[in-house]
Amino acid sequence: MKTVFELSSPGRMGVSLPELDVPDSSEIPAGLSRENGGKTGLPEATEGQILRHYVNLSTMNHHVDKGMYPLGSCTMKYNPKLHENLARIRGLSGVHPLVPSALAAGSLELMYRLGEFLCEITGFKGVSLQPAAGAQGEFCGIMLIKCYHESRGEPHRNEILMPDSAHGTNPATATLADCVVVGVESNEFGLVDPEDLRRKAGPNTAAFMLTNPNTLGLFESQIEELTSIVHEAGGLNYMDGANMNALLGIAKPGDMGFDVCHLNLHKTFATPHGGGGPGSGPVACTQELARFLPDPAVILEDGGIYRLCRKQDSFGRLLAFQGNIGVLYKAYAYIRTLGAEGLREVSENALINANYLKAKLGEYFDNPFDNGPCMHEFVLSGDRQAKQGVKTLDIAKRLLDYGFHAPTIYFPQIVHEAMMIEPTETESLEDLDAFIAAMVSISGEAAEKPYLVTDAPVNTPVLRLDEVKAVKELCLVEPVEEGDNP
Amino acid sequence: MSRFIPNQNEHREKMFHEIGVEKFEDLLEPVPEKFRLKGKLQLPDPLSELELTREFEEFASRNRGAHLACFIGAGAYDHFIPAAVDHVLLRSEFYTAYTPYQAEVSQGTLQAIFEYQTMIARLTGMEMANACMYDGASAAAEACLMAMRATRKQRILVAGSLNPRWLDVIRTYLKRDDFEINEIPFLEDGSLDLATAKELIEGGAAAVLVQYPNYFGLIEDLQPVAELIHEHKGLFIVAADPVALPLLRSPGDAGADIVVGEGQSMGIPMSYGGPYAGFMAARMKLARKMPGRIIGRTVDRAGQTGYVLTLQTREQHIRREKATSNICSNQALMALANVVYLSLMGERGFREISSQCYHKSHYLEKKLLEIPGVSRIFENTPFFREFVISFPVSSIELRDRMIEQGFLAGLPIVELGEGAMLITVTEIRTRDEIDRYARAAAEICGGGSA
Repeated sequence: MKTVFELSSPGRMGVSLPELDVPDSSEIPAGLSRENGGKTGLPEATEGQILRHYVNLSTMNHHVDKGMYPLGSCTMKYNPKLHENLARIRGLSGVHPLVPSALAAGSLELMYRLGEFLCEITGFKGVSLQPAAGAQGEFCGIMLIKCYHESRGEPHRNEILMPDSAHGTNPATATLADCVVVGVESNEFGLVDPEDLRRKAGPNTAAFMLTNPNTLGLFESQIEELTSIVHEAGGLNYMDGANMNALLGIAKPGDMGFDVCHLNLHKTFATPHGGGGPGSGPVACTQELARFLPDPAVILEDGGIYRLCRKQDSFGRLLAFQGNIGVLYKAYAYIRTLGAEGLREVSENALINANYLKAKLGEYFDNPFDNGPCMHEFVLSGDRQAKQGVKTLDIAKRLLDYGFHAPTIYFPQIVHEAMMIEPTETESLEDLDAFIAAMVSISGEAAEKPYLVTDAPVNTPVLRLDEVKAVKELCLVEPVEEGDNP
Repeated sequence: MSRFIPNQNEHREKMFHEIGVEKFEDLLEPVPEKFRLKGKLQLPDPLSELELTREFEEFASRNRGAHLACFIGAGAYDHFIPAAVDHVLLRSEFYTAYTPYQAEVSQGTLQAIFEYQTMIARLTGMEMANACMYDGASAAAEACLMAMRATRKQRILVAGSLNPRWLDVIRTYLKRDDFEINEIPFLEDGSLDLATAKELIEGGAAAVLVQYPNYFGLIEDLQPVAELIHEHKGLFIVAADPVALPLLRSPGDAGADIVVGEGQSMGIPMSYGGPYAGFMAARMKLARKMPGRIIGRTVDRAGQTGYVLTLQTREQHIRREKATSNICSNQALMALANVVYLSLMGERGFREISSQCYHKSHYLEKKLLEIPGVSRIFENTPFFREFVISFPVSSIELRDRMIEQGFLAGLPIVELGEGAMLITVTEIRTRDEIDRYARAAAEICGGGSA
């Protein structure tokens, strides 16, 4: 499609603005003013042209409101429409972040109560709503752990243990926090090997980072032993809460020996993913770690006054302001809509849906870790189809032709030709069956007419794109046309 | 079941049969008995849509700050947002999609963000931009880390006139023993102390970071700093206010290597602090050192133009502990707000917004300086949209009394004096509001009971 710049013609306007109603003041000194006669290169088009452009672009996206999005570890569930409206109420969306606390009493109370809900759901005592996304939550959690070790005179503890199946953000977070990654092996059941953990935990261990259920969708059954090994070595346990959609009202990380976890509100609590963000990654932790949580914190003072305040032992600030508040509004609305029983229903149905898909697809695809029930997701291998010349990438692309988004592919790296499938609880049995039919059909195509799969997709707005060319001939911005300024 | 869950008991029974279990609890076999919750979570009873709406309206009614005339800035601004922006953001196609990992069914998001990258690069005078960061402050922190990677030096020099909350974020991201952050002080007129900057730069630094206009709204010539740091093989990072850029010499033209900033001013509501979107632009030679997602243009099998996530080998999902950052989710929908806003404003509209902010803020400053006892804190340096004034009364007291008059008067900066206040005027504020603000302030300063 044409770019928005190609719609431009001098003189067109997309807005109407009031006339300047104050006298002109002195102009900006020449040496400080914009070059190129003040040109910025923004397009000139009408409101209607611009709307049509972005609406036409939007139709090229797959999205949850259109069809199933079984992207493992991403929890692509339905996003309630009311919550979008609520977050846009002027009284909530129109507040400047630096107003005195008394002038934002409603937002602060909502945030405080959301924090309490998240503590109850996770089994922790302290919480910060500030992290903008899961990865920033991880960074926040590791900073808490570093502060803890420093406060105990053990600043040298800098090793973060994590299984080889960890999300990529986990090792990247360890590096950002000036720690080193120590890999822990998984056993034949796809679970962390306690013996390897015992070998690697020691006097330099800062933390053990674990996703539970893990990235194979399996609950770490020996969790008590794992967290004890780390505690005995003087380290702390961090839970990556990306998969919390499996545990609502079923089990609490705080009971399992974890000291801190983050949550992805944009996964578990139904706030939309927005094409890649904004998310929100609150961090919940034990009482012992709470004093190190980031600035500013929401506190409740005597007399029912909510206030933002700085805490003496805080490790500092993660964002200029107090977090992705608009996302928090939606997560609060979700929890208030469902209550305790509704949240448990979420996880129950997420588990049932995943196990149903696993059972029905097992005949057609390999499942290297099928040792009983999975939690909210599971990982298949495309090995059988690879032998027929059809890679997992091809299967993913072919699913697009059938109107489904693809699963997460080639992750976790401990499974060959991995396909990580997470249906979520908001898919109906009929939709699950349609997905199964598509997968079965593709497995048949792989055996009989593999070109149908390797040529896919063909029913999408564009055909398979050349990623190599994109890297070799980098084009990251629309070039400026000859004679244009700038 | 709630209105979000389609499967009823009959469906569940059917599925249990296919799975080969009798009841839900059988699926919990891997969860040790002792960790399974025995009772219910302690949460308030669920609310209907109607009840929830009432509760939210009640919360909103207690946010009095949303209904006062806002003269606070300091990193978040009350700007006009054309209605069309939200209509695009409310397209399910955009807001219920995930990160565009499957490019063939994500061309909408990918092309829109490619256009966003283009606009950010053009505004800042740079060659490329990424797909956005969490906010301006975290983008600034990541820019410092990027400069350290690119130069293999471990010292960052930060202008003392940088937003203090941004400096806090930089300190958090750079908190390690082998990293050093030094502040370059500012002179009495609010401009950077170039003599001290020179000494510090000569001591070796990965980068100098300067805010433009600075935290006090002051516009400085960037070029001398750029030349100093380049002489010593460091990078020049500029934290730019995008709304000022239609009027001001672009950071790229003045010699910046990396430009970061806060996108909130471009079509995103203040929303008590977020979600916003930080932007990050750079010279092409630094593209491979960048954090975050980057969209690139390519072709499909039929030779048709298309867009993909590119240079992914920088990122955590591929490079893991060697990635340029741990960032995964960014603030994509907010970047979409930016690109739709900038498209609507266009070349002339955005300059008009910029120009009105400039003239209206100068108009208020002039009015306030007519009040006996009110003075400038920084003489004679030109400013954009915000300025620091010294009132003859405590700025905190003045702020509190102005609230009674319907004004969020500004942000007290007691570090600059008991009466010091950072005041912002955007295009939204009318002449009438500005005049009334000045009268109310005059009464309070006059010692009257207002």
